[in-house]
Formats: sequence, structure tokens, C-alpha cells
Amino acid sequence: MSDATDGGPDDRHPLFLPVIYAGGLIFGLGLAISGMARPEVVLDFLQFEDFGLLFVMGGAAVVTGIVFAVATRLDSTAPLTGSEYTRRVKEFDRNVVVGGVVFGVGWGISGICPGAAYASVGIGNLPILWAIAGMFLGAYAQGYLRSRRSTA
Amino acid sequence: MTALTPLLAVGDLFPRGMLPYLLGGLLVGAGASVIYLATGIIAGASTFLESSLSYVSDVDRFNRFKYIQSRGWRVVFTAGIVSGAALWAFALGPAVVPTMDPGVWTTDVEWWRLLGGGVLVGVGTRLGKGCTSGHGVCGVGSMSNTSLVNVATFLTFAIGTAQLVQATGVAP
Repeated sequence: MSDATDGGPDDRHPLFLPVIYAGGLIFGLGLAISGMARPEVVLDFLQFEDFGLLFVMGGAAVVTGIVFAVATRLDSTAPLTGSEYTRRVKEFDRNVVVGGVVFGVGWGISGICPGAAYASVGIGNLPILWAIAGMFLGAYAQGYLRSRRSTA
Repeated sequence: MTALTPLLAVGDLFPRGMLPYLLGGLLVGAGASVIYLATGIIAGASTFLESSLSYVSDVDRFNRFKYIQSRGWRVVFTAGIVSGAALWAFALGPAVVPTMDPGVWTTDVEWWRLLGGGVLVGVGTRLGKGCTSGHGVCGVGSMSNTSLVNVATFLTFAIGTAQLVQATGVAP
């Protein structure tokens, strides 16, 4: 959500999009290597048959944890945007818990979460398009209902 | 694969070994870190769902400034994720791991579970302000209490649901 400081599409650094792409590429490479792009691997974890996913989430959080901790202590700004290295803490409200419950049930049924679903397309798993279609439907439904409620 | 695992007890917990998981996790963290260090942006994967809907829908929520402004790079980020996974599945993986089949892999999870679960994931991640990457990787990495609560909640309910699914005999 630190997007507000990235200057917007018009005055972006020429390397902005290439670096976003490269970061996404490394991210997707990791999801494919780890097996998270396969719902079966995720379900094996949730059903206590293979605890490997702990290393995926743990390994990733340790890396970002170190990088965030070091960067926020640096007295410098991000080279491509001039943004300060902030620790973005999302506001806590009831939706954080309700959303977590709904997401958890969906993850348990399907074995798929958004990033892993995109990566799954990359490994040629076309049936995953069902899940991506579902995610867009779900995102649309909640956005439609919340927008209607706030204007009513 | 289990036969190759040296310690039986550990092998039971990690029938596919530990290395791919750890390596994959480190790379997921590295990808998020590259973007953060270069741009200051904490990247999550699920916002793409809502910001992309602004291309086709005039619903207020999807057309908020922060979605309109970030929707372009979020498409690029997602394209990066798809290409990175493809790079591993069709080129790097088969080259590095001799036993890996370079062909297309498809899931055996039923389409109705993917679709139904997907709808709940779409609702839940957007209501809960993030998913496994935004809350799970970046939020936990920055020790955000909001993210820790969200992750504990979705993990608990995912485990309960998946065990229930398994108990009803639906495979996998």
C-alpha cells in the first residue's frame, strides 16, 4: 500500500516495471520449486502428510524479515521511487479475522492461494483457471457488496 | 523418494525432502525483497484481483486511486510470477533435476473444489486485506500484529477444512 508514494505511471523510473517483473519472476520461480504451485502439495501440508510448506513460508518470511529490518534502519530511500523504507502495518479490524476465516476455508477446500495460482498457470496447470475465475468472482462479489453498502 | 531420505523419522514428516521447500521459500522472499529494496513497495499477490477488475468494472471500490495507480505494475508482477514458474517447469527444472519431467503438470483436484474454494479465497483475501504473500510472507516478516492474527486464523481454518475434506473421502 505504499503505492501512493511511487509517483504513478507517468513519472516512473524506466527500470520500475522491469524490476517489478524480475521480482515477480524470482517469486514465481520460488513458488514452482517449492511445489506450492501444486494444490496437492499444499493439501498434503494441511492434512499433516508433508510439513515442507513450513520451510516455504518460514524461509520466505526470514528473508523478508531481515531485508525489511535492515532497510527500515537505513537512512536512504528506494532508488527507483524515492519512497522511504517504511514498515507497512495494516490496520486491524474485524474484517482481518473474518477474511482470514473465509480465506482459510477456501484454501483448505482447494489447496490454492492467489500467488500460487498464478504460478500454477506457468507450470501449465490449466485446470487452475477454475480457481482463478473463482477468485475474481469472489473479489468482485465482495467489492460490489461493499461499494453498494457504503453508498447506500 | 522416501527411500532417499536418510532419517526415517524426518523422512516421515518430509516425504519430498526439505531442500526444494527451503530453496523455494528463500526465492519467494528474495523476489519480494528485490521489489521492496528497489521501490519500497511491499508486494502482495491478491490485490491484483481487485485492481485488475477496475479495467472492466465501474464499481467504486475497484476504482479507488490506489488501485488505478498500481494496477499496471500489478499485472506486470503477476506476469513475472507466471513466467518464473514456467521457467522452472519447462527449462531450469528439467536441466537441474534429471528426474524431473519437463512436461505440463495438471492437478487432480476437482474443478468444483477449485472454483468454489477460489471464490472463498477471493472474498477472504480481499476482506482480510491480504493473502499468503502480503500477510504470510511480508506481514510476518515485518512482525505486523494484524498479519500474524490473519495468518494464524487462515492457517487454523485451512487445516480444519482440509482435514474435514479428507475425512469425507474426497481425494486428493
